[in-house]
Amino acid sequence: MDLVISISSGICLLLGSFICVSGSIGLLRFPDFYTRMHATSVTETSGVALILIGLMILSPDLLVFAKLVMILLLGLLIGPTTGHVLAKAAYHNGLKPKLTKSGNEQSSVPSSERGGDISKS
Amino acid sequence: MLLKDLFAVTMLLSIYGLLSATFFVAMDAVDVAFTEASVGAGISTLLLLVVISVTGRRERRVRHKPYAALFVVILTSMLLVFGTSDMPYFGSADAPIHNHVAPRYLNDSMQEINVPNIVTAVLASYRAFDTFGEVVVIFTAGIGVLALMSVSSKALSKSQPLNRPRGLYEQHLVIRIVAKTLFPFIFLFALYVQFHGDFGPGGGFQAGVIFAAAFILYAMLFGLDAATKVIKPAVIELLAALGVLLYGSVGIVTLLNGGNFFDYDYLLADPIAGQHLGILIIELGVGITVTCVMIMICFGFSLRRRAYEQKVAIRPKEGAV
Repeated sequence: MDLVISISSGICLLLGSFICVSGSIGLLRFPDFYTRMHATSVTETSGVALILIGLMILSPDLLVFAKLVMILLLGLLIGPTTGHVLAKAAYHNGLKPKLTKSGNEQSSVPSSERGGDISKS
Repeated sequence: MLLKDLFAVTMLLSIYGLLSATFFVAMDAVDVAFTEASVGAGISTLLLLVVISVTGRRERRVRHKPYAALFVVILTSMLLVFGTSDMPYFGSADAPIHNHVAPRYLNDSMQEINVPNIVTAVLASYRAFDTFGEVVVIFTAGIGVLALMSVSSKALSKSQPLNRPRGLYEQHLVIRIVAKTLFPFIFLFALYVQFHGDFGPGGGFQAGVIFAAAFILYAMLFGLDAATKVIKPAVIELLAALGVLLYGSVGIVTLLNGGNFFDYDYLLADPIAGQHLGILIIELGVGITVTCVMIMICFGFSLRRRAYEQKVAIRPKEGAV
């Protein structure tokens, strides 16, 4: 039983750490604001969730478990919301996503109009 | 490198606060870390953002180079670094701070006060007069902001509120709903911090800041009108004074009962119960004052901005988008 617990929590922790590291690399390497934000959002939802689940499996008593569950719920609620708000604020202030050659827009050109046509992206 | 973007500076300050909070946790100063996280990273960032919304995001260009100020800063920091060479090593047992009053606190506070968190015992009972001074300082800061920033309510109500999409709260549905679901938990957590300060890290200062942060978030998301409908600014000003009064009157009661100022042993017949009651009441006073002063500062700046915007909007054409 001990072996199962430590192996499963280890898998969760490793996966979570991998997601966190890849999210950080994405934050540094991705081309524009929206893709970078995608990377950080993945980090703060699935990466944090996996690490917390790994810790939950290891938790010695119910109190620690409950605290971790609360942190997880808070993170799952707040992370996507901040991502959404950031992206919305950027889009409303005229930052267009960087698209491929087939798309209409080329790079992040700030346009003066507030809130363009969403179907474009 | 000098940053001219005040928003980025504020965010850096917040990150710095959070990092120093983790630093305090690593040094086992959990109460200080909690205060730093809630004040340094939380409320001061919020208040600075409110201020930026009044002043604008860019720093004004300065022509002269502030070499004199740089010199003073470098000189002071070198003196400070020089001063640390005389300090005892971190955690060394024969440091003066560990031999003066700390042994008394550690050994006798359980018999005298019976509060598991010794930091709270020191802060609220042994050093109650110092803490009273801190609360008065916060209250004074609130009065100062009120005196500088307040606009007469007549000037505001004379002109209609502007009917244009104003700020965050008009368009962002998702964050409003999420924040709405989170508010009860924030308040619950603040109450927990307020009344659990005897047993773990926490207390009036942190709880007050968390309460105020929730209110300021509400004002940011739902607009100042909705926030002032929840609590009128006059009520907040009254409550801020009431918290200080509550704190001070505990001292007066101990005086009347024949003890020293803030000697809670004389509050009730049983000294331990008296200590517990005294700490509870003064923490409540601290919490109320801190909450109200923070909300007061936020409201002061926001009302100031609104008055300014109305002045700008009235001049060209009334009701223009």
